[in-house]
Amino acid sequence: MDIAQIATIAGKEFWDRIRNRWVLAVALVFTAFALVIAYFGAAQQGAVGFRSIDVTIASLVSLVIYLIPLIALILGFDAIVGERERGSLDLLLSMPITRVELLLGKYFGLAAALTFSTVAGFGLVAVVLSAQLELDALFHYFGFMLSSVLLGCAFLSLAVMLSVFASDRTRASGLAIAMWFFFVLVFDLLLLGALVVSGGELGGRLGSELFPYLLLLNPADVFRILNIFSLEDVRALYGLATVFPPNLAHPALLGAVMFAWIALPLGIAAWRFRK
Amino acid sequence: MADNSPTPTDSEDAVIVARGVRKHYGAIHAVDGVDLDVRSGELFGLIGHNGAGKSTMFKMMLGLIPATAGEIRIDGAVVGGGNFRAVRRSVGYLPENVVLYDNLTGLETLQFFARLKAAPLADCPPALERVGLAHAAKRRVREYSKGMRQRLGFAQALLGKPRILFLDEPTTGLDPEAIRGFYAILRQLKSEGVTMVITSHILAEIQERVDRLAIMAAGKVQASGTVQALREQMDLPLWFSVHVASEDFDAVRSALGHLPVIAIEARDDHVAVQCRRESKMAVIEALAGLDGRVRDLTVREPSLEDVFFGFSD
Repeated sequence: MDIAQIATIAGKEFWDRIRNRWVLAVALVFTAFALVIAYFGAAQQGAVGFRSIDVTIASLVSLVIYLIPLIALILGFDAIVGERERGSLDLLLSMPITRVELLLGKYFGLAAALTFSTVAGFGLVAVVLSAQLELDALFHYFGFMLSSVLLGCAFLSLAVMLSVFASDRTRASGLAIAMWFFFVLVFDLLLLGALVVSGGELGGRLGSELFPYLLLLNPADVFRILNIFSLEDVRALYGLATVFPPNLAHPALLGAVMFAWIALPLGIAAWRFRK
Repeated sequence: MADNSPTPTDSEDAVIVARGVRKHYGAIHAVDGVDLDVRSGELFGLIGHNGAGKSTMFKMMLGLIPATAGEIRIDGAVVGGGNFRAVRRSVGYLPENVVLYDNLTGLETLQFFARLKAAPLADCPPALERVGLAHAAKRRVREYSKGMRQRLGFAQALLGKPRILFLDEPTTGLDPEAIRGFYAILRQLKSEGVTMVITSHILAEIQERVDRLAIMAAGKVQASGTVQALREQMDLPLWFSVHVASEDFDAVRSALGHLPVIAIEARDDHVAVQCRRESKMAVIEALAGLDGRVRDLTVREPSLEDVFFGFSD
Protein backbone atom coordinates (compact mmCIF):
# COMPACT_ATOMS: atom_id res chain seq x y z
CA MET A 1 0.00 0.00 0.00
CA ASP A 2 1.48 3.32 -1.09
CA ILE A 3 0.39 6.05 1.33
CA ALA A 4 1.64 8.79 -1.00
CA GLN A 5 -0.77 7.69 -3.74
CA ILE A 6 -3.68 7.62 -1.28
CA ALA A 7 -2.70 11.08 -0.05
CA THR A 8 -2.56 12.45 -3.62
CA ILE A 9 -6.08 11.27 -4.43
CA ALA A 10 -7.37 12.33 -1.00
CA GLY A 11 -5.77 15.75 -1.34
CA LYS A 12 -7.44 16.34 -4.68
CA GLU A 13 -10.85 15.28 -3.40
CA PHE A 14 -10.51 17.48 -0.32
CA TRP A 15 -9.31 20.59 -2.17
CA ASP A 16 -12.01 20.11 -4.80
CA ARG A 17 -14.61 20.47 -2.02
CA ILE A 18 -12.82 23.42 -0.49
CA ARG A 19 -12.52 25.12 -3.84
CA ASN A 20 -16.11 24.62 -4.92
CA ARG A 21 -17.22 25.91 -1.49
CA TRP A 22 -18.95 22.66 -0.56
CA VAL A 23 -17.16 22.61 2.80
CA LEU A 24 -18.04 26.23 3.47
CA ALA A 25 -21.70 25.73 2.58
CA VAL A 26 -22.11 22.66 4.79
CA ALA A 27 -20.21 24.29 7.67
CA LEU A 28 -22.49 27.33 7.48
CA VAL A 29 -25.57 25.12 7.49
CA PHE A 30 -24.34 23.33 10.61
CA THR A 31 -23.44 26.59 12.31
CA ALA A 32 -26.77 28.19 11.51
CA PHE A 33 -28.79 25.21 12.69
CA ALA A 34 -26.74 24.81 15.85
CA LEU A 35 -27.05 28.48 16.76
CA VAL A 36 -30.76 28.57 16.07
CA ILE A 37 -31.31 25.45 18.14
CA ALA A 38 -29.10 26.68 20.97
CA TYR A 39 -30.84 30.06 21.26
CA PHE A 40 -34.37 29.35 20.13
CA GLY A 41 -34.75 25.69 21.08
CA ALA A 42 -36.95 26.54 24.03
CA ALA A 43 -39.07 29.15 22.26
CA GLN A 44 -42.12 26.88 22.47
CA GLN A 45 -41.91 27.16 26.26
CA GLY A 46 -41.82 30.92 25.93
CA ALA A 47 -38.13 31.31 26.64
CA VAL A 48 -35.44 32.51 24.27
CA GLY A 49 -31.70 32.16 24.80
CA PHE A 50 -29.22 29.45 25.62
CA ARG A 51 -30.52 27.17 28.41
CA SER A 52 -28.48 24.01 28.78
CA ILE A 53 -26.04 21.98 26.77
CA ASP A 54 -28.07 18.80 27.36
CA VAL A 55 -31.16 20.21 25.70
CA THR A 56 -29.11 21.74 22.90
CA ILE A 57 -27.32 18.46 22.18
CA ALA A 58 -30.56 16.51 22.33
CA SER A 59 -32.11 18.87 19.77
CA LEU A 60 -29.00 18.79 17.60
CA VAL A 61 -28.97 14.99 17.68
CA SER A 62 -32.50 14.96 16.26
CA LEU A 63 -31.37 17.29 13.49
CA VAL A 64 -28.00 15.71 12.75
CA ILE A 65 -29.46 12.24 12.51
CA TYR A 66 -31.38 13.37 9.41
CA LEU A 67 -28.92 15.82 7.98
CA ILE A 68 -25.49 14.21 8.19
CA PRO A 69 -26.43 10.85 6.65
CA LEU A 70 -28.05 12.72 3.77
CA ILE A 71 -25.04 14.97 3.24
CA ALA A 72 -22.62 12.04 3.45
CA LEU A 73 -24.62 9.97 0.97
CA ILE A 74 -24.83 12.89 -1.47
CA LEU A 75 -21.11 13.48 -1.07
CA GLY A 76 -20.01 9.93 -1.78
CA PHE A 77 -22.57 8.24 -4.01
CA ASP A 78 -20.69 8.98 -7.25
CA ALA A 79 -17.13 8.69 -5.95
CA ILE A 80 -16.29 5.75 -8.22
CA VAL A 81 -19.27 5.43 -10.54
CA GLY A 82 -18.93 9.11 -11.42
CA GLU A 83 -15.32 8.63 -12.55
CA ARG A 84 -16.37 5.55 -14.48
CA GLU A 85 -19.29 7.30 -16.17
CA ARG A 86 -17.27 10.39 -17.08
CA GLY A 87 -14.54 8.18 -18.54
CA SER A 88 -11.75 9.36 -16.27
CA LEU A 89 -11.41 6.10 -14.33
CA ASP A 90 -9.28 4.37 -16.98
CA LEU A 91 -6.76 7.17 -17.01
CA LEU A 92 -6.52 7.12 -13.21
CA LEU A 93 -6.09 3.36 -13.14
CA SER A 94 -3.38 3.53 -15.81
CA MET A 95 -1.26 5.35 -13.23
CA PRO A 96 0.94 3.44 -10.78
CA ILE A 97 -1.89 3.21 -8.29
CA THR A 98 -3.89 0.19 -7.17
CA ARG A 99 -7.66 0.14 -7.14
CA VAL A 100 -7.69 -0.10 -3.35
CA GLU A 101 -5.41 2.94 -3.04
CA LEU A 102 -7.70 4.88 -5.35
CA LEU A 103 -10.76 3.87 -3.36
CA LEU A 104 -9.15 4.74 -0.03
CA GLY A 105 -7.88 8.04 -1.40
CA LYS A 106 -11.36 8.95 -2.54
CA TYR A 107 -12.83 7.97 0.81
CA PHE A 108 -10.30 9.75 2.98
CA GLY A 109 -10.48 12.91 0.89
CA LEU A 110 -14.25 13.05 1.10
CA ALA A 111 -14.20 12.09 4.77
CA ALA A 112 -11.73 14.92 5.44
CA ALA A 113 -14.05 17.41 3.72
CA LEU A 114 -17.04 16.17 5.71
CA THR A 115 -15.07 16.15 8.97
CA PHE A 116 -13.72 19.62 8.34
CA SER A 117 -17.15 21.09 7.64
CA THR A 118 -18.70 19.31 10.65
CA VAL A 119 -15.98 20.39 13.05
CA ALA A 120 -15.87 23.92 11.65
CA GLY A 121 -19.66 24.28 11.66
CA PHE A 122 -20.36 22.94 15.13
CA GLY A 123 -16.99 24.09 16.49
CA LEU A 124 -17.84 27.70 15.74
CA VAL A 125 -20.93 27.35 17.89
CA ALA A 126 -18.81 25.86 20.68
CA VAL A 127 -16.60 28.94 20.48
CA VAL A 128 -19.63 31.23 20.64
CA LEU A 129 -21.10 29.33 23.60
CA SER A 130 -17.83 28.68 25.40
CA ALA A 131 -18.29 31.61 27.76
CA GLN A 132 -21.52 30.09 29.03
CA LEU A 133 -20.36 26.47 29.21
CA GLU A 134 -18.70 24.51 32.00
CA LEU A 135 -15.79 22.28 31.10
CA ASP A 136 -18.02 19.24 31.55
CA ALA A 137 -20.58 20.66 29.12
CA LEU A 138 -17.85 21.41 26.59
CA PHE A 139 -16.67 17.83 26.93
CA HIS A 140 -20.19 16.60 26.10
CA TYR A 141 -20.39 18.97 23.16
CA PHE A 142 -17.08 17.75 21.76
CA GLY A 143 -18.33 14.19 22.22
CA PHE A 144 -21.36 15.15 20.16
CA MET A 145 -19.09 16.64 17.47
CA LEU A 146 -16.91 13.52 17.39
CA SER A 147 -19.90 11.21 17.13
CA SER A 148 -21.31 13.41 14.35
CA VAL A 149 -18.05 12.97 12.45
CA LEU A 150 -18.23 9.20 12.96
CA LEU A 151 -21.85 9.16 11.79
CA GLY A 152 -20.86 11.06 8.65
CA CYS A 153 -17.91 8.75 8.00
CA ALA A 154 -20.12 5.66 8.41
CA PHE A 155 -22.68 6.89 5.89
CA LEU A 156 -19.91 8.07 3.59
CA SER A 157 -18.49 4.56 3.68
CA LEU A 158 -21.92 3.21 2.70
CA ALA A 159 -22.12 5.77 -0.10
CA VAL A 160 -18.71 4.82 -1.48
CA MET A 161 -19.75 1.17 -1.38
CA LEU A 162 -22.85 2.06 -3.43
CA SER A 163 -20.68 3.96 -5.89
CA VAL A 164 -18.63 0.83 -6.53
CA PHE A 165 -21.62 -1.48 -7.00
CA ALA A 166 -23.85 0.85 -9.04
CA SER A 167 -23.61 0.66 -12.80
CA ASP A 168 -24.40 4.35 -13.32
CA ARG A 169 -24.86 7.57 -11.37
CA THR A 170 -28.63 7.53 -11.65
CA ARG A 171 -28.87 4.14 -10.01
CA ALA A 172 -26.31 5.14 -7.41
CA SER A 173 -28.32 8.23 -6.46
CA GLY A 174 -31.51 6.17 -6.24
CA LEU A 175 -29.80 3.63 -4.01
CA ALA A 176 -28.39 6.41 -1.82
CA ILE A 177 -31.85 7.89 -1.28
CA ALA A 178 -33.28 4.44 -0.55
CA MET A 179 -30.47 3.85 1.94
CA TRP A 180 -31.19 7.14 3.69
CA PHE A 181 -34.89 6.29 3.95
CA PHE A 182 -34.12 2.86 5.29
CA PHE A 183 -31.62 3.81 7.99
CA VAL A 184 -33.07 7.16 9.03
CA LEU A 185 -36.80 6.64 8.69
CA VAL A 186 -37.78 3.03 8.18
CA PHE A 187 -35.40 1.02 10.37
CA ASP A 188 -36.68 2.28 13.74
CA LEU A 189 -40.28 1.98 12.61
CA LEU A 190 -39.65 -1.62 11.62
CA LEU A 191 -38.09 -2.35 14.99
CA LEU A 192 -40.95 -0.71 16.86
CA GLY A 193 -43.41 -2.55 14.66
CA ALA A 194 -41.66 -5.83 15.43
CA LEU A 195 -41.83 -5.02 19.12
CA VAL A 196 -45.54 -4.29 18.96
CA VAL A 197 -46.41 -7.25 16.73
CA SER A 198 -44.47 -9.71 18.89
CA GLY A 199 -45.52 -7.94 22.04
CA GLY A 200 -47.17 -10.96 23.65
CA GLU A 201 -44.85 -13.89 23.94
CA LEU A 202 -41.77 -12.58 22.22
CA GLY A 203 -41.94 -9.08 23.55
CA GLY A 204 -40.00 -9.72 26.70
CA ARG A 205 -37.19 -11.55 25.00
CA LEU A 206 -37.07 -9.21 22.00
CA GLY A 207 -37.17 -6.21 24.23
CA SER A 208 -34.61 -7.16 26.77
CA GLU A 209 -32.11 -9.28 24.83
CA LEU A 210 -32.31 -8.88 21.09
CA PHE A 211 -33.53 -5.33 20.73
CA PRO A 212 -30.35 -3.52 21.86
CA TYR A 213 -28.26 -5.54 19.44
CA LEU A 214 -30.67 -4.84 16.60
CA LEU A 215 -30.18 -1.12 17.25
CA LEU A 216 -26.47 -1.57 16.59
CA LEU A 217 -27.36 -2.59 13.03
CA ASN A 218 -28.12 1.03 12.28
CA PRO A 219 -25.31 3.63 12.54
CA ALA A 220 -27.91 6.35 13.06
CA ASP A 221 -29.18 4.57 16.15
CA VAL A 222 -25.65 4.01 17.41
CA PHE A 223 -25.09 7.76 17.09
CA ARG A 224 -28.32 8.49 18.95
CA ILE A 225 -27.46 6.13 21.78
CA LEU A 226 -23.91 7.48 21.99
CA ASN A 227 -25.23 10.96 22.62
CA ILE A 228 -28.35 10.28 24.61
CA PHE A 229 -26.63 7.99 27.08
CA SER A 230 -24.07 10.61 27.90
CA LEU A 231 -26.78 13.01 29.05
CA GLU A 232 -28.61 12.12 32.25
CA ASP A 233 -31.43 14.64 31.76
CA VAL A 234 -32.26 13.50 28.29
CA ARG A 235 -31.95 9.75 28.57
CA ALA A 236 -35.40 9.27 30.03
CA LEU A 237 -37.00 11.29 27.25
CA TYR A 238 -36.02 8.72 24.63
CA GLY A 239 -38.10 5.60 24.50
CA LEU A 240 -35.62 3.61 22.46
CA ALA A 241 -32.76 4.45 24.74
CA THR A 242 -34.54 3.21 27.80
CA VAL A 243 -34.53 -0.35 26.49
CA PHE A 244 -30.81 -0.17 25.89
CA PRO A 245 -28.76 -1.78 28.67
CA PRO A 246 -26.24 0.68 30.19
CA ASN A 247 -23.39 -1.86 30.01
CA LEU A 248 -23.78 -1.97 26.24
CA ALA A 249 -23.87 1.81 26.01
CA HIS A 250 -20.23 2.35 26.84
CA PRO A 251 -18.86 5.07 24.53
CA ALA A 252 -15.79 2.99 23.64
CA LEU A 253 -17.93 0.03 22.64
CA LEU A 254 -20.35 2.15 20.63
CA GLY A 255 -17.40 3.98 19.09
CA ALA A 256 -15.99 0.61 18.03
CA VAL A 257 -19.34 -0.27 16.48
CA MET A 258 -19.21 3.02 14.55
CA PHE A 259 -15.71 2.19 13.33
CA ALA A 260 -17.02 -1.19 12.22
CA TRP A 261 -19.72 0.65 10.28
CA ILE A 262 -16.96 2.61 8.58
CA ALA A 263 -14.63 -0.31 7.92
CA LEU A 264 -17.13 -2.95 6.80
CA PRO A 265 -18.75 -1.14 3.83
CA LEU A 266 -15.35 0.19 2.81
CA GLY A 267 -13.93 -3.36 2.94
CA ILE A 268 -16.81 -4.68 0.84
CA ALA A 269 -16.29 -1.82 -1.63
CA ALA A 270 -12.56 -2.59 -1.86
CA TRP A 271 -13.27 -6.29 -2.43
CA ARG A 272 -15.78 -5.53 -5.20
CA PHE A 273 -13.65 -2.84 -6.84
CA ARG A 274 -10.61 -5.11 -7.02
CA LYS A 275 -12.53 -7.73 -9.01
CA MET B 1 9.31 -10.48 -47.11
CA ALA B 2 9.46 -8.57 -43.85
CA ASP B 3 7.67 -9.50 -40.66
CA ASN B 4 4.07 -9.94 -41.68
CA SER B 5 3.04 -13.03 -39.86
CA PRO B 6 0.00 -12.85 -37.61
CA THR B 7 1.83 -15.03 -35.09
CA PRO B 8 5.22 -13.48 -34.51
CA THR B 9 8.05 -15.22 -32.82
CA ASP B 10 9.69 -13.76 -29.74
CA SER B 11 11.78 -10.80 -30.63
CA GLU B 12 14.73 -10.14 -28.34
CA ASP B 13 14.19 -6.40 -28.26
CA ALA B 14 10.40 -6.56 -27.89
CA VAL B 15 9.18 -4.41 -25.00
CA ILE B 16 5.53 -5.35 -25.46
CA VAL B 17 4.81 -9.03 -25.93
CA ALA B 18 1.34 -10.54 -26.13
CA ARG B 19 0.81 -14.26 -26.44
CA GLY B 20 -2.52 -15.99 -26.97
CA VAL B 21 -4.44 -13.10 -25.46
CA ARG B 22 -8.19 -13.52 -25.26
CA LYS B 23 -10.93 -11.44 -23.75
CA HIS B 24 -14.37 -12.96 -23.74
CA TYR B 25 -17.55 -11.34 -22.47
CA GLY B 26 -19.81 -14.37 -22.38
CA ALA B 27 -20.35 -15.39 -25.98
CA ILE B 28 -18.68 -12.25 -27.31
CA HIS B 29 -15.01 -12.72 -28.15
CA ALA B 30 -13.72 -9.15 -28.07
CA VAL B 31 -10.13 -10.33 -28.41
CA ASP B 32 -9.56 -13.84 -29.60
CA GLY B 33 -6.04 -15.18 -29.49
CA VAL B 34 -3.83 -12.18 -30.21
CA ASP B 35 -0.03 -12.46 -30.50
CA LEU B 36 1.94 -9.25 -30.79
CA ASP B 37 5.51 -8.05 -30.49
CA VAL B 38 6.29 -4.36 -30.29
CA ARG B 39 9.99 -3.69 -30.51
CA SER B 40 11.94 -1.20 -28.50
CA GLY B 41 11.86 2.30 -29.95
CA GLU B 42 9.35 1.62 -32.70
CA LEU B 43 6.13 3.41 -33.52
CA PHE B 44 3.59 0.63 -33.82
CA GLY B 45 0.13 1.14 -35.26
CA LEU B 46 -2.92 -0.84 -34.22
CA ILE B 47 -5.75 -0.36 -36.66
CA GLY B 48 -9.17 -1.88 -37.15
CA HIS B 49 -12.85 -1.13 -37.49
CA ASN B 50 -14.86 -0.08 -34.45
CA GLY B 51 -15.38 -3.22 -32.39
CA ALA B 52 -12.33 -4.95 -33.89
CA GLY B 53 -10.82 -5.34 -30.43
CA LYS B 54 -8.23 -2.54 -30.45
CA SER B 55 -9.51 -0.70 -27.38
CA THR B 56 -9.95 -3.94 -25.45
CA MET B 57 -6.39 -4.90 -26.39
CA PHE B 58 -5.20 -1.48 -25.28
CA LYS B 59 -6.96 -1.81 -21.94
CA MET B 60 -5.47 -5.24 -21.36
CA MET B 61 -1.97 -4.00 -22.22
CA LEU B 62 -2.43 -1.21 -19.67
CA GLY B 63 -3.73 -3.63 -17.05
CA LEU B 64 -7.12 -1.91 -16.87
CA ILE B 65 -8.98 -5.14 -17.55
CA PRO B 66 -7.71 -8.68 -17.08
CA ALA B 67 -7.31 -11.05 -20.01
CA THR B 68 -9.52 -14.12 -20.07
CA ALA B 69 -6.52 -16.11 -21.26
CA GLY B 70 -2.97 -15.53 -22.45
CA GLU B 71 -0.24 -13.29 -21.19
CA ILE B 72 0.96 -9.77 -21.87
CA ARG B 73 4.39 -8.56 -20.82
CA ILE B 74 5.40 -4.91 -20.79
CA ASP B 75 9.09 -4.24 -20.39
CA GLY B 76 9.51 -7.76 -19.08
CA ALA B 77 6.82 -7.51 -16.39
CA VAL B 78 3.63 -9.51 -16.65
CA VAL B 79 0.68 -7.12 -16.84
CA GLY B 80 -1.21 -7.38 -13.57
CA GLY B 81 1.72 -9.10 -11.88
CA GLY B 82 3.72 -7.96 -8.89
CA ASN B 83 6.33 -5.95 -10.82
CA PHE B 84 3.86 -4.22 -13.10
CA ARG B 85 3.36 -1.26 -10.77
CA ALA B 86 6.99 -0.22 -11.21
CA VAL B 87 6.68 -0.57 -14.98
CA ARG B 88 3.59 1.66 -14.96
CA ARG B 89 5.74 4.57 -13.87
CA SER B 90 7.47 4.38 -17.25
CA VAL B 91 4.23 4.06 -19.23
CA GLY B 92 2.25 6.99 -20.62
CA TYR B 93 -1.34 6.68 -21.78
CA LEU B 94 -3.54 9.02 -23.76
CA PRO B 95 -7.11 7.66 -23.86
CA GLU B 96 -9.33 8.09 -26.90
CA ASN B 97 -11.74 10.42 -25.14
CA VAL B 98 -9.53 12.08 -22.62
CA VAL B 99 -11.56 13.29 -19.64
CA LEU B 100 -9.77 15.64 -17.30
CA TYR B 101 -10.95 17.63 -14.31
CA ASP B 102 -12.78 20.81 -15.29
CA ASN B 103 -12.17 22.54 -11.97
CA LEU B 104 -8.37 22.27 -12.17
CA THR B 105 -6.12 24.50 -14.24
CA GLY B 106 -3.91 22.98 -16.92
CA LEU B 107 -0.89 23.18 -14.65
CA GLU B 108 -2.74 21.73 -11.65
CA THR B 109 -3.94 18.85 -13.82
CA LEU B 110 -0.38 17.97 -14.74
CA GLN B 111 0.79 18.39 -11.15
CA PHE B 112 -1.89 15.96 -9.99
CA PHE B 113 -0.82 13.31 -12.49
CA ALA B 114 2.87 14.03 -11.84
CA ARG B 115 2.34 13.23 -8.17
CA LEU B 116 0.65 9.95 -9.07
CA LYS B 117 3.53 9.06 -11.37
CA ALA B 118 6.13 10.23 -8.84
CA ALA B 119 7.45 12.56 -11.55
CA PRO B 120 9.08 15.87 -10.59
CA LEU B 121 6.56 18.72 -10.44
CA ALA B 122 9.17 20.84 -12.21
CA ASP B 123 8.50 18.76 -15.35
CA CYS B 124 4.95 20.11 -15.63
CA PRO B 125 5.57 23.59 -17.13
CA PRO B 126 7.96 22.18 -19.81
CA ALA B 127 5.37 19.50 -20.66
CA LEU B 128 2.76 22.23 -21.20
CA GLU B 129 5.25 24.17 -23.28
CA ARG B 130 5.96 21.11 -25.39
CA VAL B 131 2.30 20.70 -26.40
CA GLY B 132 1.80 24.44 -26.92
CA LEU B 133 -0.31 25.11 -23.85
CA ALA B 134 2.08 27.26 -21.81
CA HIS B 135 -0.17 30.27 -22.38
CA ALA B 136 -3.16 28.41 -20.88
CA ALA B 137 -1.35 26.92 -17.88
CA LYS B 138 -3.41 28.88 -15.36
CA ARG B 139 -6.74 28.56 -17.11
CA ARG B 140 -9.30 26.08 -15.83
CA VAL B 141 -9.74 23.01 -18.00
CA ARG B 142 -13.44 23.85 -18.34
CA GLU B 143 -12.35 26.78 -20.50
CA TYR B 144 -10.25 24.57 -22.80
CA SER B 145 -11.38 23.64 -26.31
CA LYS B 146 -11.53 19.96 -27.29
CA GLY B 147 -8.17 20.24 -29.04
CA MET B 148 -6.59 21.88 -25.99
CA ARG B 149 -7.90 19.12 -23.75
CA GLN B 150 -6.42 16.56 -26.11
CA ARG B 151 -3.06 18.34 -25.98
CA LEU B 152 -3.25 18.52 -22.19
CA GLY B 153 -3.98 14.79 -22.15
CA PHE B 154 -0.91 14.26 -24.30
CA ALA B 155 1.19 16.39 -21.93
CA GLN B 156 -0.06 14.21 -19.09
CA ALA B 157 1.07 11.10 -20.98
CA LEU B 158 4.55 12.59 -21.40
CA LEU B 159 5.07 13.14 -17.66
CA GLY B 160 7.72 11.04 -16.00
CA LYS B 161 9.68 10.60 -19.26
CA PRO B 162 7.85 7.40 -20.26
CA ARG B 163 9.70 4.67 -22.13
CA ILE B 164 6.43 3.32 -23.53
CA LEU B 165 3.49 5.36 -24.79
CA PHE B 166 -0.01 4.13 -25.57
CA LEU B 167 -1.87 6.63 -27.73
CA ASP B 168 -5.51 5.87 -28.49
CA GLU B 169 -6.81 8.02 -31.35
CA PRO B 170 -4.42 10.79 -30.25
CA THR B 171 -5.24 13.36 -32.93
CA THR B 172 -8.99 13.44 -32.28
CA GLY B 173 -10.09 17.06 -32.14
CA LEU B 174 -6.74 18.50 -33.23
CA ASP B 175 -6.48 20.98 -36.09
CA PRO B 176 -4.01 20.25 -38.94
CA GLU B 177 -1.29 22.41 -37.42
CA ALA B 178 -1.65 20.70 -34.05
CA ILE B 179 -1.58 17.29 -35.76
CA ARG B 180 1.68 18.23 -37.46
CA GLY B 181 3.07 19.39 -34.11
CA PHE B 182 1.90 16.19 -32.47
CA TYR B 183 3.73 13.98 -34.96
CA ALA B 184 6.81 16.17 -34.66
CA ILE B 185 6.84 15.37 -30.94
CA LEU B 186 6.40 11.67 -31.74
CA ARG B 187 9.43 11.83 -34.07
CA GLN B 188 11.43 13.44 -31.30
CA LEU B 189 10.30 10.80 -28.80
CA LYS B 190 11.19 8.08 -31.27
CA SER B 191 14.65 9.51 -31.62
CA GLU B 192 14.92 9.29 -27.83
CA GLY B 193 14.08 5.59 -28.01
CA VAL B 194 10.50 5.75 -26.74
CA THR B 195 8.32 2.84 -27.83
CA MET B 196 4.86 3.92 -28.97
CA VAL B 197 1.65 2.10 -29.78
CA ILE B 198 -0.90 4.20 -31.61
CA THR B 199 -4.42 3.62 -32.87
CA SER B 200 -6.08 5.83 -35.42
CA HIS B 201 -9.00 5.72 -37.80
CA ILE B 202 -7.22 8.21 -40.04
CA LEU B 203 -5.10 5.70 -41.90
CA ALA B 204 -3.58 8.24 -44.28
CA GLU B 205 -2.24 10.03 -41.23
CA ILE B 206 -0.31 7.08 -39.86
CA GLN B 207 0.70 5.14 -42.98
CA GLU B 208 3.88 7.11 -43.52
CA ARG B 209 4.65 7.44 -39.82
CA VAL B 210 4.42 4.01 -38.24
CA ASP B 211 7.29 1.56 -38.42
CA ARG B 212 5.00 -1.44 -38.30
CA LEU B 213 1.34 -2.04 -37.70
CA ALA B 214 -1.16 -4.73 -36.95
CA ILE B 215 -4.58 -4.93 -38.57
CA MET B 216 -7.25 -6.23 -36.22
CA ALA B 217 -10.63 -7.57 -37.22
CA ALA B 218 -13.11 -9.69 -35.27
CA GLY B 219 -10.80 -9.77 -32.26
CA LYS B 220 -7.84 -11.22 -34.16
CA VAL B 221 -4.68 -9.83 -35.72
CA GLN B 222 -5.29 -10.40 -39.43
CA ALA B 223 -1.84 -9.20 -40.45
CA SER B 224 1.12 -7.35 -39.04
CA GLY B 225 4.30 -5.89 -40.44
CA THR B 226 5.53 -2.80 -42.23
CA VAL B 227 3.10 -1.00 -44.52
CA GLN B 228 5.20 -2.03 -47.52
CA ALA B 229 5.31 -5.67 -46.43
CA LEU B 230 1.54 -5.70 -46.05
CA ARG B 231 1.14 -4.14 -49.49
CA GLU B 232 3.28 -6.86 -50.97
CA GLN B 233 1.46 -9.53 -49.04
CA MET B 234 -1.90 -8.30 -50.30
CA ASP B 235 -0.49 -8.03 -53.83
CA LEU B 236 -2.72 -5.08 -54.60
CA PRO B 237 -2.29 -3.48 -58.04
CA LEU B 238 -0.51 -0.17 -58.65
CA TRP B 239 -1.90 2.79 -60.54
CA PHE B 240 0.08 4.85 -63.08
CA SER B 241 -1.09 8.26 -64.21
CA VAL B 242 0.51 8.83 -67.61
CA HIS B 243 0.20 12.47 -68.69
CA VAL B 244 0.26 12.76 -72.49
CA ALA B 245 -1.51 14.85 -75.10
CA SER B 246 -4.92 13.44 -76.00
CA GLU B 247 -3.75 12.52 -79.52
CA ASP B 248 -1.11 10.25 -77.90
CA PHE B 249 -3.57 8.20 -75.83
CA ASP B 250 -3.61 5.47 -78.48
CA ALA B 251 0.20 5.40 -78.56
CA VAL B 252 0.17 4.63 -74.83
CA ARG B 253 -2.37 1.87 -75.34
CA SER B 254 -0.30 0.43 -78.09
CA ALA B 255 2.99 0.61 -76.12
CA LEU B 256 1.42 -1.23 -73.19
CA GLY B 257 -0.73 -3.59 -75.23
CA HIS B 258 1.67 -6.52 -74.96
CA LEU B 259 2.08 -6.18 -71.18
CA PRO B 260 -0.14 -7.89 -68.58
CA VAL B 261 -1.77 -4.67 -67.37
CA ILE B 262 -5.11 -4.94 -65.63
CA ALA B 263 -6.73 -1.82 -66.99
CA ILE B 264 -6.01 1.15 -69.27
CA GLU B 265 -8.46 4.06 -69.05
CA ALA B 266 -8.28 7.36 -70.92
CA ARG B 267 -9.17 10.26 -68.61
CA ASP B 268 -9.31 14.06 -69.13
CA ASP B 269 -5.61 14.79 -69.31
CA HIS B 270 -3.97 11.44 -68.68
CA VAL B 271 -4.14 7.72 -69.12
CA ALA B 272 -4.69 5.65 -65.97
CA VAL B 273 -2.94 2.32 -66.03
CA GLN B 274 -3.45 -0.40 -63.44
CA CYS B 275 -0.99 -3.27 -63.22
CA ARG B 276 0.52 -5.81 -60.87
CA ARG B 277 3.63 -4.90 -58.93
CA GLU B 278 5.76 -7.37 -60.93
CA SER B 279 4.85 -5.51 -64.14
CA LYS B 280 5.85 -2.12 -62.76
CA MET B 281 9.33 -1.87 -64.33
CA ALA B 282 8.13 -3.28 -67.64
CA VAL B 283 5.43 -0.57 -67.81
CA ILE B 284 7.97 2.15 -67.04
CA GLU B 285 10.33 0.86 -69.74
CA ALA B 286 7.51 0.71 -72.29
CA LEU B 287 6.49 4.28 -71.50
CA ALA B 288 10.12 5.43 -71.75
CA GLY B 289 10.06 4.21 -75.35
CA LEU B 290 7.43 6.76 -76.32
CA ASP B 291 10.09 9.29 -77.37
CA GLY B 292 9.33 12.07 -74.95
CA ARG B 293 5.60 12.11 -75.55
CA VAL B 294 5.06 11.34 -71.83
CA ARG B 295 4.93 14.73 -70.11
CA ASP B 296 4.62 13.43 -66.56
CA LEU B 297 4.25 10.13 -64.78
CA THR B 298 3.03 9.37 -61.27
CA VAL B 299 2.84 5.98 -59.58
CA ARG B 300 0.33 5.45 -56.81
CA GLU B 301 1.06 2.61 -54.42
CA PRO B 302 -1.92 0.99 -52.73
CA SER B 303 -2.74 3.10 -49.69
CA LEU B 304 -2.90 1.76 -46.17
CA GLU B 305 -6.64 2.09 -46.54
CA ASP B 306 -6.56 -0.28 -49.54
CA VAL B 307 -4.42 -2.71 -47.55
CA PHE B 308 -6.64 -2.36 -44.50
CA PHE B 309 -9.83 -3.15 -46.39
CA GLY B 310 -8.06 -6.00 -48.13
CA PHE B 311 -7.23 -7.66 -44.82
CA SER B 312 -10.15 -6.64 -42.65
CA ASP B 313 -12.84 -7.56 -45.16
